[in-house]
Amino acid sequence: MESGRYSNIKIIANAKIESLKGQAGNYNVTVLKRPRYVDEDLCTACGTCVSYCPVEMPDSYNEKLVNSKCLYIPYPQAVPASYVIDPKYCLFQTKNECRQCEQACKDLKAIKLNQQAEHIDIQVGSIILAIGFDEFDARRKKAYGYGEYPNVITSIELERMLSASGPFTGKITRLSDRKHPKKIAFLQCVGSRDIETNAYCSSVCCTYAVKEAMVAKEHDPDVDITIFYMDIRTQGKGFESFYERAKTKFGIKFVRSRLASLERIHESENLLFKFVTEDGKHHSEEFDMAVLSVGLEPSRTAKELADTLGVKLNKEGFCQTNEFSPTSTNREGIFVAGAFQSPKDIPESVIQASGSVALASGFLSEVRGTLVEQKECVAETDLTGEDPRIGVFVCHCGVNIAGVADVKKIREYVETLPDVVYAEQSMYACSKDNQDKIKQIIKEHNLNRVVVAACTPRTHEPLFQETIREAGLNRCLFEMANIRDHCSWVHANEPQAATEKAIDLLRMGVAKARLLSPLKEETVPVIPKGLVIGGGLSGMIAALSLADQGLECVLLEKSKLLGGNLRGIYYTLSGNDPQKLLRDTIDKVTSHPKIKVFTEADIKEVTGYIGNFLTRFSIGQEEQTISHGVIIVATGAFEYEPKEYLYGENESVITQHSLEEKLALKNFNSDDLKDVVMIQCVGSRTKEKPYCSKICCSQAIKNALKIKSIKPNSNVYILYKDIRTYGFREEYYRKARNEGIIFIRYDDNTLPLVKEENGELRVEVFDPILGENILISPSLLVLSAGVDPGDNRSISKLLKVPLNFEGFFLEAHVKLRPVDFPTDGVFVAGLAHSPKPIDETIAQAQAAAARAAIPLTRGYVMVEPVASIVDSEKCFGCGICEYLCPYGSIKVISDEDGDKAQSISASCKGCGICASKCPRQAITMGRFTNEQIIAQIDAFSLATSDV
Amino acid sequence: MEEGKESSGSNWEPKLITFLCNWCSYAGADLAGVSRIQYPANTRTIRVPCSGRVNILYILRALQHGVDGVLVSGCHPGDCHYLSGNFSARRKFAVLSRLLEYVGVEKGRVQFSWVSAAEAGRFAEVITEVTEDVKKLGPAKRLVKNSD
Repeated sequence: MESGRYSNIKIIANAKIESLKGQAGNYNVTVLKRPRYVDEDLCTACGTCVSYCPVEMPDSYNEKLVNSKCLYIPYPQAVPASYVIDPKYCLFQTKNECRQCEQACKDLKAIKLNQQAEHIDIQVGSIILAIGFDEFDARRKKAYGYGEYPNVITSIELERMLSASGPFTGKITRLSDRKHPKKIAFLQCVGSRDIETNAYCSSVCCTYAVKEAMVAKEHDPDVDITIFYMDIRTQGKGFESFYERAKTKFGIKFVRSRLASLERIHESENLLFKFVTEDGKHHSEEFDMAVLSVGLEPSRTAKELADTLGVKLNKEGFCQTNEFSPTSTNREGIFVAGAFQSPKDIPESVIQASGSVALASGFLSEVRGTLVEQKECVAETDLTGEDPRIGVFVCHCGVNIAGVADVKKIREYVETLPDVVYAEQSMYACSKDNQDKIKQIIKEHNLNRVVVAACTPRTHEPLFQETIREAGLNRCLFEMANIRDHCSWVHANEPQAATEKAIDLLRMGVAKARLLSPLKEETVPVIPKGLVIGGGLSGMIAALSLADQGLECVLLEKSKLLGGNLRGIYYTLSGNDPQKLLRDTIDKVTSHPKIKVFTEADIKEVTGYIGNFLTRFSIGQEEQTISHGVIIVATGAFEYEPKEYLYGENESVITQHSLEEKLALKNFNSDDLKDVVMIQCVGSRTKEKPYCSKICCSQAIKNALKIKSIKPNSNVYILYKDIRTYGFREEYYRKARNEGIIFIRYDDNTLPLVKEENGELRVEVFDPILGENILISPSLLVLSAGVDPGDNRSISKLLKVPLNFEGFFLEAHVKLRPVDFPTDGVFVAGLAHSPKPIDETIAQAQAAAARAAIPLTRGYVMVEPVASIVDSEKCFGCGICEYLCPYGSIKVISDEDGDKAQSISASCKGCGICASKCPRQAITMGRFTNEQIIAQIDAFSLATSDV
Repeated sequence: MEEGKESSGSNWEPKLITFLCNWCSYAGADLAGVSRIQYPANTRTIRVPCSGRVNILYILRALQHGVDGVLVSGCHPGDCHYLSGNFSARRKFAVLSRLLEYVGVEKGRVQFSWVSAAEAGRFAEVITEVTEDVKKLGPAKRLVKNSD
């Protein structure tokens, strides 16, 4: 939606690349734009044509669970928000008859049944490939009966069923009898980790299955859900606690097993699962519905596109990249992001998207700004002397709101409120066509305030503010009522209470809106320099990305040497040389003219705000101060120091890091490697440290394989909870098993027991396959110690950025803004954000640099008009405000009128502490004045809610 | 005045106002929504930049006008987006609590809590607890101005 609105992004939908000529920096791309048979500039998406269209076809967006017309908009938020005709079904395209839609649209003439394909030539300097993935076709696993047994569905179909705006309005439905299933089984790894189909792990299916199961439970708490799996791989940030909640709070059953068969029971159309658990026992259980957690495959267009562009694919059919340059293809100037590179989840995709932009932007930095279109700025309408004329838009959000609250009733109520001159219901208030409509209605009804009742202002306020600004209204003449996140979603079973609450919230919003006044927007210049805190891999890559984009930056490292944790990594699973990466990166960083490196630097103070930060740091006795526009936090993390399993007491108990160093530096004797036991999840997935450290499984397998290559007859045992070699790392897990590395699973009830007897180590562990305890006397016991965030509290306080429960930095939005902090101008990358391997660290560092480069290259930032305003008539100069202000943004100034407080709006953050403590009520806050808040209170408390 | 005000019969539902700081508690409430965690529908939210923005007069005003309970929720101590706004709020509310006690407003009618952006479950729990507490206390009467 945002990209559709952005003047420097041109979206060509329904298109493919036909040919590529030229070279990096000067590519000539020929695009074939297929006819959509609707003029997207003329179409207003009113939908009248749809009711005339007589042809139905399976609705692909809804996984073909229902039909749509062959004249359709694929999904509500689609850009362009314009209809399209499917020529395979359209009667005119197939039989040269019908033309009903043309008639329906005879005023606008947006239907163009004779539209032809266009060939468009575009000159570009660089290309980013983000073609995504296709879901695995479950029909290929014949034994599961998909497509044949009606109640076997895919996880993607379930996702649509669970969607409130989906084909069954959020109700899980058996396709055989339209009943709600009471017993559902999920089957994991369908088309993943399977040598018959795709050997790799699709990375996301465990987490999405857990999510779907939880949502299904929320819809119907009585539904019984079992997930059949091999390993649960919830390795992403925050996902492990999600999995724990699914087990403990939601009562979802997880059964580690192999499926022997899935049979259809014809009478009931139920499904009989026959499966074998770890202990070798056979079971069978009947379910009402089976959900196949299908994997991610390369897009079906990947091959053709790769051939056209001369880009190489890997053996799995995804875009080939190197571990150390995860967003670069083999062709210069062509970059890749998202699931086309490898199966990945939303945050990883967003990170790569920004990361690839950093590279493309660096590649094009010399010509930056040359082809940019400046947005026309509409003059603000002067409202002096005008009475409020409020327009209210009540959003259905599909059925997210309308499925619970009575939107019509809310709208009718709102119409009765004072100063409301217009009210309407919107299917999706945030859709692009609705923005145009809001602008049009502002003009038609001469509105001077707008209230939208929809979702949360934290995500959507800027969009609507932009819209009303385009219609000539000051951004501050806008108010939102959160009737989704705070209402329909959380009172889903109380439609009447939800409707009443929504009405109250709107009345309060309108009461506030009546008192809104326009506030001036200021711009503040940006110092075009970045500060990167931390000189590990992520910090160095972030600094290099900024510098390669032509921006100056300062890199502060608190220790003597650059490199951080990378210094202790000697080889990788896929055979790359991290020490070479270390040397090369340090060389580049230290020799780059745009980067200034300070080691042994200790940050003392950070003041200022986006565009104008001032950082004071010391190096030994000396202090320095630098000014800069943005900050990237790349402070890294540590290997957890184990307190368990005799670590520190017996010298044969070491961590994976020390093992790697020993192996790499050949600092061992042959007997050391005779019998090696590795214990996974030491300092991860425990009570004290509940998160998954993501990298340790791969690390253990990497080191185990290394041991096998050094000493093939050694015995290596890996004691694990789940092996999480996600993505293409699965190949090495398979290899490890093939090479005879022994994997023994344990869980919290069967923790391995480590003892020392007569100076010898003894490890006792229950083997669930044998069903008995086994005893090993290892020559080395290697603990896969997790990633410890260390103590980030002081940096967190200095920069005013939050930490999560585990002590890692907490980003602004875990899915959509994975490298931003809520504080503008501050970004995060690398292990400081969460545990991650080298490739993901590099992508995230590039992403942080790309995000940080936005204000730096633009040269200015807009200051939110939230600052405090002092009424000097009322102020008597007591100075309480100056004393309390955390930013030194309000000062008492003495002049001939006496002592009066003055606000410094450029650094004021708008917290309002001064305003709430002012004994004379002399201070008010931009968008949160006393009068406005009191109006909200009164609008609720004084009203009789007889609705 | 409303009918429900006169008695605390079984149909009576308390009216609550919650002041939520934009950065932590409001975000926590959003996350409760995204996570579809259900809680009682008695509260109406007023978004403020910081718990430190909440003027004591707002709370008194609400109680005077017949709101049965008020919750102010901000970032955890030390996590304030504005560094010290929540401490400022805490000091202020410590004083307010004593004042309310003095004038005879029952304990539990005005509550303060810390809920972070990540604590969706905690948010729902706090709302449930406050609603239950106020339900037990019955309609607020002590400060209500007799507007009839």
